[in-house]
Amino acid sequence: MSSLEVKDLHVTINGSHILQGVNFFVPENKVTALLGRNGVGKSTTLKAIMGLNPGTGSIKFGGTEIVAMPTHKIVQMGLGYVPEDREIFASLTVKENLSLAERDAEPNYDLVYSLFPELLTRTSQRAGTLSGGQQQMVAIARALLNQNKILVIDEPTKGLAPKLVTEVANALAHVADHSTMLIVEQNLALVKAIAQNIIVMDQGKVVFEGGPENLQDEAFVKSMLGVSGGHK
Amino acid sequence: MSTFLLILITGVGLGALYFLVASGLSLIYGLMGVLNFAHGSFLTIGAFTGLWISTKVFPNPTTWTFIAAMIAGGIAAGLFALLMEQLVINRLYNRHIDQALVTVGVGLVVTALLAGWFGSDARLFPTPLWFMKAVTIGEAIIPIDRFVYIGVATILLIAMLSILKFTRIGLIIRAGVENRSMVSALGINVRLAFSTVFFIGGFAAGVGGVLISVFSYGVSPQMGGSWLIYGFIVVVVGGMGSISGSAIAAMLIGVTNQFANYYLTGLGDFVVVIILAAVLLTKPSGLLGKVNH
Repeated sequence: MSSLEVKDLHVTINGSHILQGVNFFVPENKVTALLGRNGVGKSTTLKAIMGLNPGTGSIKFGGTEIVAMPTHKIVQMGLGYVPEDREIFASLTVKENLSLAERDAEPNYDLVYSLFPELLTRTSQRAGTLSGGQQQMVAIARALLNQNKILVIDEPTKGLAPKLVTEVANALAHVADHSTMLIVEQNLALVKAIAQNIIVMDQGKVVFEGGPENLQDEAFVKSMLGVSGGHK
Repeated sequence: MSTFLLILITGVGLGALYFLVASGLSLIYGLMGVLNFAHGSFLTIGAFTGLWISTKVFPNPTTWTFIAAMIAGGIAAGLFALLMEQLVINRLYNRHIDQALVTVGVGLVVTALLAGWFGSDARLFPTPLWFMKAVTIGEAIIPIDRFVYIGVATILLIAMLSILKFTRIGLIIRAGVENRSMVSALGINVRLAFSTVFFIGGFAAGVGGVLISVFSYGVSPQMGGSWLIYGFIVVVVGGMGSISGSAIAAMLIGVTNQFANYYLTGLGDFVVVIILAAVLLTKPSGLLGKVNH
C-alpha cells in the first residue's frame, strides 16, 4: 500500500495559519500534481507530509498515521523526498551526497546513472560547484536510489535552463511510469505529460481535485493558477 | 632568536590546548546549534578524573600512567557529555535560550560539586620526571611539555578529521553541520550523530583538561570557566562547525597571545580580543565557518 491520505491538515508557522484544513488523496501507482499560485501552501503541505513542518490533523501513508512521526522514520517507511531548492550538501562530493542517501542494501545506482549519466563523470566533484541543473539531478537521484513507495517532489524544474528542464522532465516521466508520486510543479507541460490527477490549492486549502484534462481549459488555468495557459 | 623560538613553540603548545577545548564546542554548535556553556565542566571532569588515576590508581607517575590518565579523563568527560546530551539537551533542541540557561547551570553545579568534594585549592598534577626537562633547539631551551601538548592535539586532530572524512557517522556529521533537516529527510536519525559529537567533544575537552592541569600547574574546580572563554573565542574566529578552522584559529590565538604578552608586556588577552573583533567585523562566519544558525 502506497497511497497517501491527508485530512484536515493545519500548519501554523510563526503565528501564520498557512494550511487551513487541507484534504486530498494520492492514489497508488499514479502521479498527482499539487498546483496553485505562489504562496498558497504547496511546499508547506509537502514539508508537513515529510514531518519537516509540524502539523495537526491526519496524514495516513498506506493506512499508517504519520502526522506526528519524526522525519527520518517517515522516510524509512518509504517516502522519498526531493525538496524545493535542491538542498544538496554543497561541501560534500556527488558520491558522498548519494552515499548518504543509501538506505537499501542494494541501492539502485544503475537507474540513477542511466537517467543522469552526467553524474557518473562528476562523482568526485563537490556538489556546491555543480550547475543548478546538475544539483537538481543529485537531489532527484538521492530519492531514486532506494525503493521508495512514494516520491514527494517539490518543483523539480524550478530555475532550470530549458534544456535541463527537458532532461529532468524525461527522467521524471520515466520514473512516473511505475511509481506513486506527489509533485508540486509550475511547469504545466510537465504536469500534463506525467500526472493522472491534479489538486489545486488556494489560500491554504484544496479548491479543486480532478484530472489533468482540465489544464487544457484556458479559463480554468487562468482562474485557478493565475497564468495564461501555463508555462508550456 | 632563542626567545623568539621559545615563545613560538610555547604559543603553538598553548594553541594546541585551545584546540582541544574548542573542537568539541565547534562541532556541537555546528551540528546542533547548541551553545554549550557546560563545556568547561567537561574539561574539569577530565582533569579531576586524570588526577584520580594519577594519584589513587597509579600513584607512581610514569609515561604510561600519564597516558592512562589522559584516556580516562577523556572517557569520563565524554560519558558525562553524552549523559548531559541524553538527559538535558535532548529535550531542549531549538530552544536556544533554555539551552544557554541550562548549560550555564550544569557548569555551575559541576564546579560547586567538585569544590565541595575536593575543595577550591588547586592540586598539583603528578607527571613523569621527563615532563620537567627541556630540550635545546639552536640556542633556545624549550620545556618538553610543550611538545606533548602539540603531539596529543595533533593526534586528536588527525583522529577527528579521519572520523569525519572516512566513516559514515562522520559523513552524517559533516552533512548535518550544513543542513540537519535534510539529513533527516534522507531517512537518517540525526540524533545518533548528535550523541556521537557530544562524546567526541567531551573526550577532547577531557584530554585537554589533563594537559591544561599540567600547563597551569594544578587542577581546580574553577579551571573550566576561564578556558571556556578562550574556547568560544577560538570557535568564533575559526568558524562554527569546522574542526580545521578551530585548529587554525587556536594556533593563531595561542601564538599571538604569547608574542603579545612578551613584546607588548602583558597585552596578550587584549590582542586576542582585537583579533576576535576584526574577524567578527570582516568575516562574521569565521575563517572556515560552515554554518549560519
